[in-house]
Amino acid sequence: MSVRSKVIEAIQQIAKEQHVTLPALSDDLSLHETGFDSLAFAILVARLEDETGVDPFTISEDVAFPATVGDFVRAYENVPA
Amino acid sequence: MSPREIFALRDYLSAELIGRTLSDAHDCVSLTDILSQTVLGGRLRELSGRAVLLKLSDQLRSGLAMIELDGIARRMLLCPPDLNPAYLDALIADAEIDAIVTDEPDRWTDTGVSLVVTAQLPLQATAPVSTERATEWLMLTSGTSGVPKIVGHTLEALTGAIVAEGPARGPAPVWATFYDIRRYGGLQIFLRAVLSGGSMVLSDPHEALGDHVARLNARGVSHISGTPSHWRKLLMSGAAAQFAPGYVRLSGEIADQAVLDGLKAAFPNSSVGHAYASTEAGVGFAVNDGLEGFPANYLGNRNGVEMKVVDGSLRIRSTRTAHAYIGRNAAALTDDDGFVDSGDIVELRGERYYFVGRRGGIINIGGLKVHPEEIEAVINRHPDVRMSRAKSRKSPITGGIVVADVILADGTDQARVKEIRDQILDQCRAQLASHKVPAVIRFVEALDVTPAGKLARTDA
Repeated sequence: MSVRSKVIEAIQQIAKEQHVTLPALSDDLSLHETGFDSLAFAILVARLEDETGVDPFTISEDVAFPATVGDFVRAYENVPA
Repeated sequence: MSPREIFALRDYLSAELIGRTLSDAHDCVSLTDILSQTVLGGRLRELSGRAVLLKLSDQLRSGLAMIELDGIARRMLLCPPDLNPAYLDALIADAEIDAIVTDEPDRWTDTGVSLVVTAQLPLQATAPVSTERATEWLMLTSGTSGVPKIVGHTLEALTGAIVAEGPARGPAPVWATFYDIRRYGGLQIFLRAVLSGGSMVLSDPHEALGDHVARLNARGVSHISGTPSHWRKLLMSGAAAQFAPGYVRLSGEIADQAVLDGLKAAFPNSSVGHAYASTEAGVGFAVNDGLEGFPANYLGNRNGVEMKVVDGSLRIRSTRTAHAYIGRNAAALTDDDGFVDSGDIVELRGERYYFVGRRGGIINIGGLKVHPEEIEAVINRHPDVRMSRAKSRKSPITGGIVVADVILADGTDQARVKEIRDQILDQCRAQLASHKVPAVIRFVEALDVTPAGKLARTDA
């Protein structure tokens, strides 16, 4: 499974658990518009760390938290192997 | 004012000793002539009036030494088996120790304590002695970090709950405990066995659980106690199937409804009760209605034990509490009114108080205080769950999130694991505030339990 589809699947799973109705997930969609609160993002980052072995937001101090879904996915795609 | 009569352990062992034993995995000592025998090589007289450190590698000789020393030594400090040797010097100074009872005398040749007495089996014949004084019993707290605190008790305080209950009805009980008798929970059972006319079967940390249970059966154990973690391990092991004690007791950790129900199902003919006790607060009460928590009307004065709740924490005042912390910089053990603050947080729901966790065990989840025990209690209610542990994990977003490690029942179909995870999360969402719902659930094979029998909480 590609990194992108792993991220998208995790977002959809957490949305289901948290009873969040997601809009269509496009790269341009701002994370704010997903309807996720900070707890939901915290869960997402923790689960992805377990699945992919990386937490791109803790590795580097100067990584700004992404603004859009596309930025978020790329943060995982761009982690050096 | 006339002096009160002083009872020591030997005074409870003067009659009806035939057929009674104290045993471990290797030896079985008859109590029949115990008062005219010595585990101290006949050197008890030298220990009269001394402050004795009891540092033995096994419980059997420890128990026999307690019987001999009580009423003769000025004080005795019980060292649990996992005591970090680095703390011994500080403890010896704080307790003003001037004699050691050990089975490894060579290790004490270079210490400042000149009187070293070797405890040995088999017992030797000696002349019985009479009680001289009320010996102070010193126990160590089982906290996780730093030098343990020394807690001072008297035999009268330690046995207050046992004496209040009166003699056991029916045949003399055979007691056992998963605890070590050099800790408060285990010592209570040892003292029950001595005072109640029964026998006792000691645990052995190196023995497999199945072998331990076989030994409990072979010796006819009728009454047994342990922490909820001890009991969960037994329920998971499958060894419970061959065991049928009459009385099952839990203490030392929160007994949640899942473990109480699990024990009732495993031992349908046993009475299952949970007791509230701590090294400092002594024995508070026992709950025998099969339900977690305790009735709200236990607060106030009940059988000489007074309880109140201050800032959510249970406070206890009774003649069974310890009388002081011992040592150079010892803190006060009680508040100004003589109440011991247990640090156990309770919550009133309806007509009952429920334990939600330890004040010192709170984890911080995004600035909100969470008791891991409260989350575990909800997870443990799932029928496929045997044991769980909640803890905090750092999060770059919220600072911290809750994660849970869960042990599933033996033989759980791997294909159902995802479904079980969803059910556990649904259960948590229905019963807990959203920040308390685990973000991640991990299924594990085992969870660490401390030597004191409590779930290890290294990050708490």
